[in-house]
Amino acid sequence: MRHLLSTKSLNRDDAVTLLDIAEDMADVANREVKKLPTLRGKTVVNLFFEDSTRTRISFEAAAKRLSADVINFSAKGSSVSKGESLKDTAQTLAAMGADGVVIRHPASGAPQVLAGSGWIDAGIINAGDGTHEHPTQALLDAFTIRRRLHGPASRGRGLDGVTVTIVGDILHSRVARSNLWLLNTLGAQVTFIAPPTLVPADTSAWPATIGYDLDAAIDAGPDVVMMLRIQAERMNAAFFPNSREYSRRWGLDDERFARLSSHSIVMHPGPMNRGLEISSAAADSERSTVREQVANGVSVRMAALYLLLSGDREDH
Amino acid sequence: MTERTVLTQADITRALTRISHEILESNRGAENLVILGIPTRGVALAQRIAEIIQRIEPASGAVRVGSLDVTMYRDDLAHTRTRTPSPTQVPGSIDGATVVLVDDVLYSGRTIRAALDALGDHGRPSVVRLAVLVDRGHRELPIRADFVGKNLPSASHERINVHVTEVDGDEFVSIEGGVEE
Amino acid sequence: MSSERYLVRGAQLSNGTTTDLLLDGGRISEMGTGLSDAGATVIDADGLIALPGLVDLHTHLREPGYEQSETVLTGSQAAAIGGFTTVFAMANTSPVQDTAGVVEQVLALGESAGYVTVQPIGAVTVGLAGERLAELGAMAASRANVRVFSDDGFCVSDPLLMRRALEYVKAFDGVVAQHSQEPRLTVGAQMNEGALSSELGLTGWPAVAEESIIARDVLLAEHVGSRLHVCHVSTAGAVDVVRWAKARGINVTAEVTPHHLLLTEELVAGYDARYKVNPPLRRREDVEALRQGLADGTIDIIATDHAPHPVESKDCEWDAAANGMVGLESALSVAHAAVVETGFLDWNDLVRVLSTTPARIGRIQGQGQQLTVGAPAELTLYDPSARRVFGRQNLIGKGVNSPYLEMTLPGQVLATFHRGYATVLDGVLRTPAEIGAARAALALGSHE
Repeated sequence: MRHLLSTKSLNRDDAVTLLDIAEDMADVANREVKKLPTLRGKTVVNLFFEDSTRTRISFEAAAKRLSADVINFSAKGSSVSKGESLKDTAQTLAAMGADGVVIRHPASGAPQVLAGSGWIDAGIINAGDGTHEHPTQALLDAFTIRRRLHGPASRGRGLDGVTVTIVGDILHSRVARSNLWLLNTLGAQVTFIAPPTLVPADTSAWPATIGYDLDAAIDAGPDVVMMLRIQAERMNAAFFPNSREYSRRWGLDDERFARLSSHSIVMHPGPMNRGLEISSAAADSERSTVREQVANGVSVRMAALYLLLSGDREDH
Repeated sequence: MTERTVLTQADITRALTRISHEILESNRGAENLVILGIPTRGVALAQRIAEIIQRIEPASGAVRVGSLDVTMYRDDLAHTRTRTPSPTQVPGSIDGATVVLVDDVLYSGRTIRAALDALGDHGRPSVVRLAVLVDRGHRELPIRADFVGKNLPSASHERINVHVTEVDGDEFVSIEGGVEE
Repeated sequence: MSSERYLVRGAQLSNGTTTDLLLDGGRISEMGTGLSDAGATVIDADGLIALPGLVDLHTHLREPGYEQSETVLTGSQAAAIGGFTTVFAMANTSPVQDTAGVVEQVLALGESAGYVTVQPIGAVTVGLAGERLAELGAMAASRANVRVFSDDGFCVSDPLLMRRALEYVKAFDGVVAQHSQEPRLTVGAQMNEGALSSELGLTGWPAVAEESIIARDVLLAEHVGSRLHVCHVSTAGAVDVVRWAKARGINVTAEVTPHHLLLTEELVAGYDARYKVNPPLRRREDVEALRQGLADGTIDIIATDHAPHPVESKDCEWDAAANGMVGLESALSVAHAAVVETGFLDWNDLVRVLSTTPARIGRIQGQGQQLTVGAPAELTLYDPSARRVFGRQNLIGKGVNSPYLEMTLPGQVLATFHRGYATVLDGVLRTPAEIGAARAALALGSHE
């Protein structure tokens, strides 16, 4: 694998391989020495144009568990007018000998531009670009679902027939997009539930069912309910009247949580707005995978870094 | 290109039985023994050895057997295609145990070097031994096997094929002439 | 030194007839077959089409203010190599072309460059700010004789201000050229809104933001009895609105760019900012509707919206990139590929949409005239059988932000004549020194 830019371009075999390797990586966390020498001498740069301590430390932990050297580069203000350009930053990192670049950027497509630019030869991992994709988040979500469903027998399996309902701001969510493609590739059925204002303009080509009614979606008994974070600034842009109304119609409150079928699991990519899109009872229950998702994030990112940075790069 | 069978299934079974006896002899029984196969075929061979030991000394209880993947410890990761690792399953603690590493072919010794590093990250065995089905020579590191099924002097351009039933469906060891370059 | 007397031997006119053309004293002095070549530079035009000099109603020359992107000189050169003899220079310079002083400066820069007629466009509102009318009358009465007014780049979105502008320009037969983009519906817009923008996570630029403004403006134009020009129509719905307005008798004209006639939004998928333009590239259905609209006369003209940018404005992530594409050098070839090769237009139609009608809309004299004896020698010779891989070497202006690089395009301009002298010969731009000498020779001739 040369770069990890999106889940749309990931085929089933590659996705399952990555999840299987993540299983091996997860085992490392249970050993006496929680570190592998695999990427010794490699340099991974966390290039973050957007604040995200959670994602950055997850990648940092992953890279360090593989013995890579990690450089954190926090670059605010990306445009030509606001400071150093993406091109100059990339060329700086290339000159420093970066083998891998983990990039988080507010502009959709920035990782793809970096990968195709010729400015830098490093493997590029998209750690979230604008409202486009966040592939490692989707991979860790899939990994978490697979582990919950199949436990130790997870290796080699997809998510065939699993029903996943994703609720919230689909329009602005890179997590929703990455999950859409990956879950579909792995055989799951995806349903999006959102206020009509937060559904993208044209989803006719998306392999997903779109609905507005969370109660009906809950009553359908999905295997997985994934709540997305709702950003406060959406209210100001008139996507919905206020947080109370949002919570009443599209929040996983205690009553809806109680109605969920007993086998359903509850997911959230974090950070959560408790009491807005998810109630504390739901977030803290046995069926919530929120903390597993964080732990699994490290394993999945280790797998991604391994696949990108090991192997003869001339080979690709 | 010529291919010549050097060990049949029966030969392999005999060799593994002998190795099992030798392990028991050197360890003075099955006590504190952990047999770890190196994927892929070493895992199947380790299972066989564990079963044979079990049959020879049923009183000693279940022999601990598992697998030790060395992919992440290899020194050639940057020079070949990306390898897909296999699971590692270490049965319990190996601290103070006698660990026998099992592989199908011993060649450069680099895999075993990686295995020793991997093992060290799981604990501190009191003794580590190495059992291989075939030793073909051409060592690049100061490593030798303690238990050998068959010594098979070969030229480096020749190819040794090991098939075991659990992985390949049939079982033999052959040597292929290859084309000298 | 060249005498700037040319005999174009055996050119085909857009109507299919073949003729020689003798260019002398700034005019077409003779036409017919077997004309004498005495004292003239002979140009073998066998297989070439002679077209009236092209007129671009929508060019960004960037000077004054953005000379790192383009200057009047370099933009004029790009125009000449593209077969143009007139360009209308958009008002979004710095300072903005919103006073008589600035438009006269641009006019003078164009005169001094000498490659094409540079006709300044005046801003509708002061500083393009959309708040109060610029001195439209002063610009109209200036030496630049401005007749086209536009805030292009910005929409005159205030309906009352738009009404006033439409009314006011009637005093001097002016026209408001509107950049139709409802600003509130396009906050942060990055590409056409639809399935692809949804997938790529780029903020959508919905067709309705263009169509609603056009609908409002044609009704305003009808209400106040004014002339309206719609810049760069890009959607099928917009074509329908303009068609409806024309059927109603509303005095509206519309333009389409070469890129909207050829390219579709799929190109955005790689996030290559060369394809970022405003209005954005649209769907295949829109391209089809635009070609149809151009063929049936709903859309009156092709205009380039030539928008040069420095390399760093495109060599970056999509959101940070500037909107716009250069288009003067490639316009004729792209129009050829998009609407001639596909059978929507013939060469007569092409003359209409790229020369005659834009000159008429812009009320400019001596341009867009049929090639007849006595007409000004404003013409271009085009080899329709050529095919070339369009490359950086074909870009004469400063901007290299062309979406056509590496594409194979038909046709090539081999010569352009402006005011009787050649600006392009043998497919090569003449140098400023050669232009100066040619102008001097002609001026001398006129005094004899």
